[in-house]
Amino acid sequence: MSGQTQSIAFDKASREKAADILAMWVFIGSEAMLFGAIFLVFLIAHMNYGAAFAAASKHLSLRLGTLNTAILITSSFTMALAHMYSADGRWRAAIWSLAATSLLGLGFLAVKAVEYSKEFSDGLAPVLGAPFSYTGPDPVHAEFFFGLYFAMTFLHALHLIAGILAIAGVLALWSHANPAGRARRIQAVGLYWHFVDIVWVFLFPILYLINRG
Amino acid sequence: MSVSAAAANYLGEGSGPRAWLLTTDHKRVAWLYLVSLTAFFFLGGAFAVLIRIELATPAGDLVSDDVYNRLFSLHGIIMVWFFLVPSIPATLGNFLLPLMIGARDLAFPRLNLASWYVFIFGSFFALFSVVAGGVDTGWTFYTPLSTLYANGFVSSAALGVFIVGFSTIMTGINFIVTVHTLRAPGLTWFRLPIFVWTMYATALVMVLATPVLAASLILIVLERVFGIGIFNPRLGGDPLLFQHLFWFYSHPAVYIMILPGMGVVSEVLPCFSRRPLFGYKAVALSSMAIAVFGFLVWGHHMFVSGQSAYAGVVFSFLSFCVAIPSAIKVFNWSLTLRKGEISFETSMLYALFFLALFTFGGLAGLFLAALAIDEHVHDTYFVVAHFHYIMVGGMVTAYMAGLHFWWPKLTGRMYSETWGRIAATVTFLGFNLTFFPQYVLGFLGMPRRYHTYPPEFQFWHVLSSGGAVVLAIGYLLPLFYLTWSLFRGARAPDNPWQATGLEWQTSSPPPPHNFETMPVVTRPAYAYDMKGLEHERFSPHLEAGQ
Repeated sequence: MSGQTQSIAFDKASREKAADILAMWVFIGSEAMLFGAIFLVFLIAHMNYGAAFAAASKHLSLRLGTLNTAILITSSFTMALAHMYSADGRWRAAIWSLAATSLLGLGFLAVKAVEYSKEFSDGLAPVLGAPFSYTGPDPVHAEFFFGLYFAMTFLHALHLIAGILAIAGVLALWSHANPAGRARRIQAVGLYWHFVDIVWVFLFPILYLINRG
Repeated sequence: MSVSAAAANYLGEGSGPRAWLLTTDHKRVAWLYLVSLTAFFFLGGAFAVLIRIELATPAGDLVSDDVYNRLFSLHGIIMVWFFLVPSIPATLGNFLLPLMIGARDLAFPRLNLASWYVFIFGSFFALFSVVAGGVDTGWTFYTPLSTLYANGFVSSAALGVFIVGFSTIMTGINFIVTVHTLRAPGLTWFRLPIFVWTMYATALVMVLATPVLAASLILIVLERVFGIGIFNPRLGGDPLLFQHLFWFYSHPAVYIMILPGMGVVSEVLPCFSRRPLFGYKAVALSSMAIAVFGFLVWGHHMFVSGQSAYAGVVFSFLSFCVAIPSAIKVFNWSLTLRKGEISFETSMLYALFFLALFTFGGLAGLFLAALAIDEHVHDTYFVVAHFHYIMVGGMVTAYMAGLHFWWPKLTGRMYSETWGRIAATVTFLGFNLTFFPQYVLGFLGMPRRYHTYPPEFQFWHVLSSGGAVVLAIGYLLPLFYLTWSLFRGARAPDNPWQATGLEWQTSSPPPPHNFETMPVVTRPAYAYDMKGLEHERFSPHLEAGQ
């Protein structure tokens, strides 16, 4: 290990930081293509079966969805604080902000779990062989809507879990890293966290709000 | 040859499984990939041999139709995802990228090792589906066959391909960041060797296209396992949507497969014609153009699928456009040879064969881009011949060119030029004998993926099967003489081909961190017209006489 860098490939810590941030941006570009493909599938389906989708959408819990949106946006705020504090070298405040961020993330997952269990008991979950009993019009395409809803929100939840684990990783490696390394990791994890947040910011309107009228 | 080569090199840094399996040295990770990919290449090749034996007679007498479906599916899945996509980037790219830009390693050495483990993990799922009874969907996993009707182990094969995709993305991120942040002082973008440019373009496609494949495979597994009918019309889904998603990845993926080959050839041709690469900037930028245009042509796989006729016209036009940057490269390579002092070392032979086969296969691609002709030859052996000319005649030939060109650097050993030239020639002849008849077959109307055919096609099928035997010999020969050279080959000098490029300025094999003193670059790439390179050209005759 030469000086402040973690990898033998780098001479200067500033270069290593630039590399980490670039890598995270490239990864986010890749993730955007993953979600982009699935959003495309949803939007095409919505174009074909707009009426059925709008009717099915009304069976989702707007209250819980809104609550979760607020939780995630708050978590992005605490994440931004962590980044700011780490840049200023206020490490204790940075730790608390990271802890708050991951707790908010867990809160989101808890609300999502409540929502899922409600949908399973209402017979709105056409997955894993659960009984599907939908009373509205065009149940075939409503089933398609709920299938996509579960696929998309579950994929998003998996990404959120990865984000929480990444924050846990930063905290676990805290004492092993020098200040430059910590700040670098917080910034990289922060970028990822904001990305997962933004995915939800798109999911919420297209699943819960669109054509709600 | 100086004595300093006896000092530490990366091969001498610890032996035994731990030193290799836990290494983060990009040069050793390249070897891990090289060994695993070689195994997959011969496994996929074995399936192809069985296919060709079956097709020697019109009747389906060797295997049943069901087994035949599994044979070509496994051949395609293994060759595309477990050999062609990673082939040059994961082996030669891994080894050479840091050396060529004067870096000690890739930007993320541990991520690099992790990518190999992910690759191996994913390959277990694919191998499981081989052992458990195979897959019968073809490598394209088309719905609704793959979701409703296929009775093979589709989920496990799709999962394997999905996981291997992660290793591709890891490699892609690593390469992009490395090229951006670790170039040696003085190594500006337009001094980079074309190989680095093509690795960069390939990495971009890997990072942006692979996730779309991941999405489509996730959706297939969701449909098969969880019953979400995304591609099932009865449940509101659309089977054609899968084709759009699949080809949005898989067309760019053919550029993942061919761009690195173009990079190798751009290194080899100038070296053995002792000329700077003609039109360097045009070649560099056409790599990027191919990467960008490659994303806009997926619809040409779907001309007969029932997509809108207007879409067909646009995709046809764009497919003609993507031929332009490829043609720019072919013309520039040809002009590089002009007035050159050409010598026919093994890797040069392979590179020239690449030039011929790629051009030939690429021109057939223009036939297929034309709507009217594609209606006629769609899903026939014409298509099979076209992509084998590009993927095998182009990519695998370039891979062999690169392997022979950099073998002295990888191993510190020289191989037998005589055997190398024989193998290259046998491969070229065998390849053409195998695949040229398939153009004819396709044009006569022989559809792909059938294990029986009318007797009037037998003549061409027998030629093709005979060629496959010759081709197999062409690929087996290097396995023997290259392995032999590992132990008994003459010691390689640092720069046996008197080539430009930073990788030749360090010892063969390179020291653990690549350079004793970090290089500074003052010249453009391919400065073959400048003096001072003549001093240590390797001569096999001199070496043999010692």
